[in-house]
Amino acid sequence: MSSVPTAIEAAKPSLPRARMRLSWRILGPLLVIGVLALGATFVPMLYGYDPLHTDLLMRLKPPGTIAPNGMMAVFGTDEVGSDLFAEMMAGTRVSLIVGVCTLVLAGGIGSLLGLLAGYYGDWFDTALMRIADIQLAFPSILLAILLVSVLGQGILNVIIVLSIANWVIFARVVRSQVLTLKNREYVQAARTLGAGDLHIIFRTILPGCIAPMLVIASVEFGYVVLAEASLSFLGVGAPFGTPSLGSTIATGTQYLATAWWISTIPGLLLLVLVLATGVLGDALRDHFDPSLRSAR
Amino acid sequence: MNQIRVSEKGSVAMGAPLLSVQNLQVEFRTAAGVARALDGVSFDVRAGETLAVLGESGSGKSVTAQAIMALLPRAIGSIVGGSILYHGIDLAQRPIHEVRKLCATDIAMVFQDPLSSLNPVFRIGYQLAEPFRRRLGMGKKQAWAKALELLKRVGIPDAETRISDFPHQFSGGQRQRIMIAMAIALEPKLLIADEPTTALDATVQKQIMTLLADLQAETGMAMILISHDLGVVAQVAERVAIMYAGRIVESGPIRDTYDYPAHPYTRGLLDSIPNAAGMGRQLTPITGSPPNLLSLPKGCAFNPRCPSVNDLCRAQVPSLRQPEGWAASHSAACHRTGEVLAHA
Amino acid sequence: MLGYIVRRLLLALFVLWGVATVVFVIVRMVPADPALLIAGQTATAEQVAQLRAQMGLDQPWIVQYLEYLQKALAGDFGYSYTHSVPALQLIGQVLPNTALLALLACAVAIVVSIPLGVWAALRVNRLGDRVITTVSLIIQALPGFWIGVVMLLVFSRMLKWLPSAGLVGPQSLILPTLVLALPFIAILTRLTRSGLIEVNSEGYINTARAKGLREVTVVFPHAMRNALIPIVTVVGLQFGTLLGGAVVTETVFSYPGIGKLLVSSIQLRDYNVLQACVVVIAAAFVIVNLLVDLLYAFIDPRVRLSK
Repeated sequence: MSSVPTAIEAAKPSLPRARMRLSWRILGPLLVIGVLALGATFVPMLYGYDPLHTDLLMRLKPPGTIAPNGMMAVFGTDEVGSDLFAEMMAGTRVSLIVGVCTLVLAGGIGSLLGLLAGYYGDWFDTALMRIADIQLAFPSILLAILLVSVLGQGILNVIIVLSIANWVIFARVVRSQVLTLKNREYVQAARTLGAGDLHIIFRTILPGCIAPMLVIASVEFGYVVLAEASLSFLGVGAPFGTPSLGSTIATGTQYLATAWWISTIPGLLLLVLVLATGVLGDALRDHFDPSLRSAR
Repeated sequence: MNQIRVSEKGSVAMGAPLLSVQNLQVEFRTAAGVARALDGVSFDVRAGETLAVLGESGSGKSVTAQAIMALLPRAIGSIVGGSILYHGIDLAQRPIHEVRKLCATDIAMVFQDPLSSLNPVFRIGYQLAEPFRRRLGMGKKQAWAKALELLKRVGIPDAETRISDFPHQFSGGQRQRIMIAMAIALEPKLLIADEPTTALDATVQKQIMTLLADLQAETGMAMILISHDLGVVAQVAERVAIMYAGRIVESGPIRDTYDYPAHPYTRGLLDSIPNAAGMGRQLTPITGSPPNLLSLPKGCAFNPRCPSVNDLCRAQVPSLRQPEGWAASHSAACHRTGEVLAHA
Repeated sequence: MLGYIVRRLLLALFVLWGVATVVFVIVRMVPADPALLIAGQTATAEQVAQLRAQMGLDQPWIVQYLEYLQKALAGDFGYSYTHSVPALQLIGQVLPNTALLALLACAVAIVVSIPLGVWAALRVNRLGDRVITTVSLIIQALPGFWIGVVMLLVFSRMLKWLPSAGLVGPQSLILPTLVLALPFIAILTRLTRSGLIEVNSEGYINTARAKGLREVTVVFPHAMRNALIPIVTVVGLQFGTLLGGAVVTETVFSYPGIGKLLVSSIQLRDYNVLQACVVVIAAAFVIVNLLVDLLYAFIDPRVRLSK
C-alpha cells in the first residue's frame, strides 16, 4: 500500500546526511564510555588510591573538602578515608573489566554454540535449546548468586559466573540468525562451489551474524555491569580489597545519615555507564535491524 | 499546473460528477527528503461508472485512494494542494474525523492483501457486523443477521457456520470476498478497490472481478479500480486513467485507450504485455527505470524513458489535452501525441 | 490447542526437573563439608562421621540424588542448619511476603505502563513520546539496589515519611513495591508502545479506518487486542527478572521475604535453605511462565484453533 516510500527506497542514493544523524546516538555513548575508561585507568593512579590504606583523619569528609596534601576530594571521602572519586574510578575499572571479559567469554562461547546448533541442527540443537530452557528458568541474578556462593568470591569467579548466566542469549540470537541465513541463496551457492562445512559456517554465515551479535553485546554489557554491581552489593561479588561500585554503595548504606555521598554518587556513575550502553544498544539495533527486540 | 478537467471536454455531461478530484497534490516527508507522490491529479467519477486507474508501483495510484479516504499516514503524508469534491464538500479541506464519517457510508475501500487487511483476532461475523453496530447503532443480533446476508451475497458457501470463523480459516479468494462484503455493507455510492486481485491466483482474479461487476450492476454504485494489470480491469471498467510519477498521463474510454493509446507510456505498457494476436513476437519492455519521486526530471516526467523525446519534452510539463483526431473524452499529457502515435 | 497445552506442560515438567538437578549439582560443588559445618569445630572425628551417615552424605551420589528428588517432590528439603526447622517451613513463612510484593509490583507496573505506552504510541515521535521514551531508558539503566538506597535516604532518613526496614504495616510496602516495579514499568511501557506502533502499520488498522470507525474504536479494541498478545508473553518472562530483583530489593529494605532469606542463607552457609530457596523461586518462575503461555494460547485464536 505504501508503494511511494518503497519507490523512494529503491531509488535512494547513499546520502551522507542520513548517516550522520544516526551516528550521534552511537558516537555519544562511545565517547562517554571512552572517557570513563580513561578515568578508570588513570584516576586511581593519580590519586594514589590504595583500597587497603586507611586514613582516619580524612574519614567521611563531604565533597569539596581539601585534604592536607592540597588535593580536593571532589566527591568526598569514604569510611576509611580514601578519596571517593578515586575509589569510584577504581570500581569502574573493575566494572569495565568484568563487562568486557564476560562479553568476550559469554559472547564467544554462546555464539559458537549458536552457530553450530543452527547449522547442524538435529540432536545437538535440541539438546542445546533444552539446556537453554532450563537455564532461562533461573532469574539470572539468582543463578549468579548461587554459583558465586559455591565457587567463592573473586573477580575471576564473577566473570565465569556471569558468563555462564549470559551465554544463552548469544546462542539464541546467533542460532536464529543462522537459521534465517542457512537457506539463503548465497549460502547454497557457496555449497555448490564445493565449500566445506567449516568454511560455510565461519566465512559465509558468520559475517551475517556479526550485526545481531554487536547489538546484543552492547545491550548485554549494561546488564553485566549492573549484575556485577548487584552481586558486589550483596556481598557475593568483588571480594574485600577489590573496589567495586556495588560494594562501595553497600558500605555507604551504613552511613546514609552522616555521609550520604558514599552511596549516592557511585550510583550516579553506574547509571551513566549503563545508560550509555543502553543508548548505544538501541542505536545499533535501529541501525541494523529493528526486529531484534530482546525480550528481557 | 494547468490541468484541464476531463469533464469539461467530455462529450456527454450527465449531470455533476459524483467525485471530482482537481489538481490534487500530495507530498511525503521522508528521511531522504520530500517526495511528490501526487503532482496535480485530476479526474472525475460519475455515479454508476467504473474508472480504472492504472500504473506501476510508485505511480501514485494507491496514494490517490488514500488521499480521498483520509488514510494517508499522518506523520509522513499530507495533501498540499488541490481539492477532492464530493457532493460539493471539499474532502481535502475537511478535518480527518469528518472525512471518516463519509467512509463506508458513501465511499468505501477494498484493500490489496486480504490476509493482513482483516483483523486476525476477531471473528469475521464481528468484523462484518461492526459497520452496522458502530455506524448505524444496530443491535447485535440484527447486525449479525445483516452480516450473514452479506456473506451469502458475496458467495461464501456454508455462511451460517462460517460466520463464526476467523480470517485465517479462509482461503485468499474468500477473504477478498469478505473484504468486499465489508465494504458494501452500508451501501456506499463509490467503491474504491485498491489492487483487489493482485494477491490472488489468476482463476480467482476473474471470479472477484465478476463479483465486483455483479455488485455494481445490483447497487448502481460507482467504482474506482486501481491496478497495474491492464488486462484484469478490461472487462469491468468503462474509463481508464493511466498514472505515471504522480500525474495522470492519459485518460479516456477504455477500449479507445487500449486500441489507440495517445501517450508513449501507454503505448509502451501495451507493447510490453503479451497478447494472443502478437504470439511469436518479441516483447518490448519500456527502457529505463521507475522515476525517483524525490527528484523528478524537468519537463515531462517520462522523458528519460520516452522513445520520442525532444527538447520541449525536457523543458515543459505537458498538460492533459485532447489530441486532434482522438475521441472527445480521450486526453493525454504529451506534447507530441499526433506526431508520434497514429490514430488509425 | 490441546497439543500445544500438552507440549507446554511436558516442557515445564522437564524444566522443573532440570532446575532441581542443576541446584543439586551446584550445591554439591561446595568445597565445605556440611556435616562439619553443623557439628562445629569442636566435634570429634567420630561425631562428624556419625553425622555424615545420618545426613546420608556417605552414600554414592546417585543415591543421594534420587533421595533428593524423592524428598523434593514431597517438599522435604532438609533442615536449616541455623534454625533447626525444616527449610521449607522457613520458606513458607516468608514466601507470602514476597508474593505480595511481586503481585503488587506487577499490578502497579501494568496499571501505569499500558496507558503510558498507548499514549506514547499515539503521539509517536512528538514531544510526549520522546519524553516517555527517554525517561524509560533512564529508568531501565537505574541500578535497582542504588535507587532503593536513594529512596531509603530520601523518604526514610531525610523526610521520615516511611519506615526503613521490616514489615510493620502497609506503609512498609510502598518503597519496595515502587523500587521493584520501576524497571518493569520502563520495559512494559516501551513494549506496549512499540507493539502498538507495529500493529498500527498493519493492514487491518487501515481497514478499520476505512470503515469509518472512530479513532478510539480503532485503537481499542482493534489495535490493542492484537498488540497485547505478545506483551502477555513478555510479562511472564519479566516476572523472572522481578523475582531476581526481589532478592536485591528485600536486602536493601530488610523486607522479610524469600529474597532476604536467600541472601542470609548464603552468608550463614545454610545450604539446605539456599537450595530450597532457589528451587522454590525457579519453580515459581516456571509455573508463571507456563500459565502465561497457556493464557497466550487462549487469547490468540490462531493458536487456539490449531492442533
